[in-house]
Amino acid sequence: MTATEIRASSETLLAVQAPRKAANLAQFFRWLILFLGGILMIMPIVYMLSTSLKWPHEVYNVNLWPDEPTIENYAYVLEDGRFYGWMINSTIIALITTASALLFDSLVGYTLCKFRFPGRYIVFIAILSTLMIPTEMLVIPWYLMSQQFGWLDTYWGIMFPGLMTAFGTFLMKQFFETVPDDFIEAARIDGLNELQIWWTVAMPLVRPALAALAIFVFLGNWTAFIWPLIVTNSVEMYTLPVGLASFGDEADVAWELIMTGAAISTIPTLVFFLIFQRFIIRGVVMAGLKG
Amino acid sequence: MANVTLRSLGKSFGKTEVLKDIDLQIEDGEFVVLVGPSGCGKSTTLRIIAGLEEASTGTVEIAGRVVNNLEPKDRDIAMVFQNYAIYPHMTVRKNIGFGLRTAKKTRAEKTERIEEVARILDMTDLLARKPSQLSGGQRQRVAIGRAMVRDPAVFLFDEPLSNLDAQLRTQMRLEIKKLHQRVESTIIFVTHDQVEAMTMADRIVIMKDGVIQQVGTPSEVYHKPANTFVARFIGAPSMNMLPGTGTDAGIHLKTGLNFTGGPAVASRREVLLGVRPEDLVPDGAAAFVEGKVTVQEPLGHETLIYVDTGAGEVIAKADGRRPPEVGSQVRLSALPENVHVFDAVTGQALT
Ligand SMILES: Nc1ncnc2c1ncn2[C@@H]1O[C@H](COP(=O)(O)OP(=O)(O)O)[C@@H](O)[C@H]1O
Ligand SMILES: [Mg+2]
Repeated sequence: MTATEIRASSETLLAVQAPRKAANLAQFFRWLILFLGGILMIMPIVYMLSTSLKWPHEVYNVNLWPDEPTIENYAYVLEDGRFYGWMINSTIIALITTASALLFDSLVGYTLCKFRFPGRYIVFIAILSTLMIPTEMLVIPWYLMSQQFGWLDTYWGIMFPGLMTAFGTFLMKQFFETVPDDFIEAARIDGLNELQIWWTVAMPLVRPALAALAIFVFLGNWTAFIWPLIVTNSVEMYTLPVGLASFGDEADVAWELIMTGAAISTIPTLVFFLIFQRFIIRGVVMAGLKG
Repeated sequence: MANVTLRSLGKSFGKTEVLKDIDLQIEDGEFVVLVGPSGCGKSTTLRIIAGLEEASTGTVEIAGRVVNNLEPKDRDIAMVFQNYAIYPHMTVRKNIGFGLRTAKKTRAEKTERIEEVARILDMTDLLARKPSQLSGGQRQRVAIGRAMVRDPAVFLFDEPLSNLDAQLRTQMRLEIKKLHQRVESTIIFVTHDQVEAMTMADRIVIMKDGVIQQVGTPSEVYHKPANTFVARFIGAPSMNMLPGTGTDAGIHLKTGLNFTGGPAVASRREVLLGVRPEDLVPDGAAAFVEGKVTVQEPLGHETLIYVDTGAGEVIAKADGRRPPEVGSQVRLSALPENVHVFDAVTGQALT
């Protein structure tokens, strides 16, 4: 290498360094913002765990680490027989609603996406528009309906509003758009009926969306509070959030017990999330394949 | 084994008519290529034959029976799509076997058939792979295998090679042709590429705006184009079109020269004289093209020369070793049988 060449390359190096410094600074601020956001997100969880380790008298103290940490609360909650019943109720309800919502949302989403029929657009808009109605407004009609049908204080009564979701239908419809029509027509030529095509061709290709929807729906039902509170009467029918809120008495809310129950009840959601998250990641990799 | 007959087939999407009165008779075992510019209705025709689209008017017959009301799976056809339509979540084996899902065969018979097809397509060692681990050409082969496995009477191909690079396309062209000789099924192949059409077809169907322009063997459509559209579409570079007028002594061209020896043309009739670049040869006496060479395009074994005639540009092929210099004056003519005369208004051939 000649001298001039060396000079030339070191000059380009210098020229590159200035913008890189600016990029580093931008990168630093990006990380800072993410870090602060992360702290903000994790604080409630930290406080949940910290409160669950406190004695009742220390609950309203904001210290992060309890003066006298105790696992007494865990012993109390786990020994209280009601807790297991609520856990089972919540598990059954969340699993059934998740399975049902996945099935119906993807069926309807697929139909709205891949079939041309009169009124298709109107149906789609009608489903979407229900997204604008808040749960609080629906609770009264649901209640009246449940009363008429004798669904009060039953699993069915707790579950029925969530068996199909407008959001999930919309999500699935959008994701089915990514499945090429050729795939469907090729299967049609090969003699599959429409239900088989949906199941063997379309569904495996939208697995990431199904996993995401499963997580949304499961968490939504696991943490649902207002409707289960209203529709249930007997303590045995309570779901976890409703049951936990019933800890304590009229005058005093037992926060340390509620937080303990909440901490325990995050474990199933964590497990559920970890299982389905794998599908999301694997699905994204698969979607990279082009024709 | 089956012939395919389209009778006054028409198709409209809403108010737009995309196919008009398509009549076509395809013999058993024939390799027919539908060719035409993008949007001319080739895919729609193919999809109607497959049963993926309904005909607005007319009938489709396969092996002598009208299939308009049959489901695609009952028509004894298989289709290969432009984007292959092989499933990314299934192995090659599953993809090829997909066409057998509804077949009444035992598992062992199906396995045997899949492996036979894989052998024919030379991809036995790829059976366990997923499509993401295959090259474009291999994916295309899987798609063909999937169509072959059911041993259909008619294969439908919709631009199956257009996603491949030029070299692979040439190779696959040959493979599909060999495959046809082997399976002896009827093949209807759609492409917008006239070279593909010329090289593969027993017969070519040239379409434009939903209307068949000409049906014929590659040699027929090349040597006897029915109109100016076909004349320009087939062959590269395109046929030269020289405007002129009929006279008693032949055709008087806008370039000022006369062409004699062609068909008799009524006096004063406006015509287009079509002549392919490769048919133009230097000739001092009977020349009907004269002008200055403006550009040379060497292609190796030959050189294209662009000649400015004063009334439009003419492309001619010249010897690759000693082409006329740029700026030099050339006089060109062609044998009368290589000159095509078209009506200037309708574009129809006058022979
Ligand atoms: N489903 C459809 N709805 C409306 N127009 C369509 C539809 N499919 C095709 N067309 C129109 O029909 C014409 C022919 O299309 P196509 O058969 O795909 O052409 P090609 O395959 O020759 O490129 C095009 O103008 C296209 O826009
Ligand atoms: Mg097409």
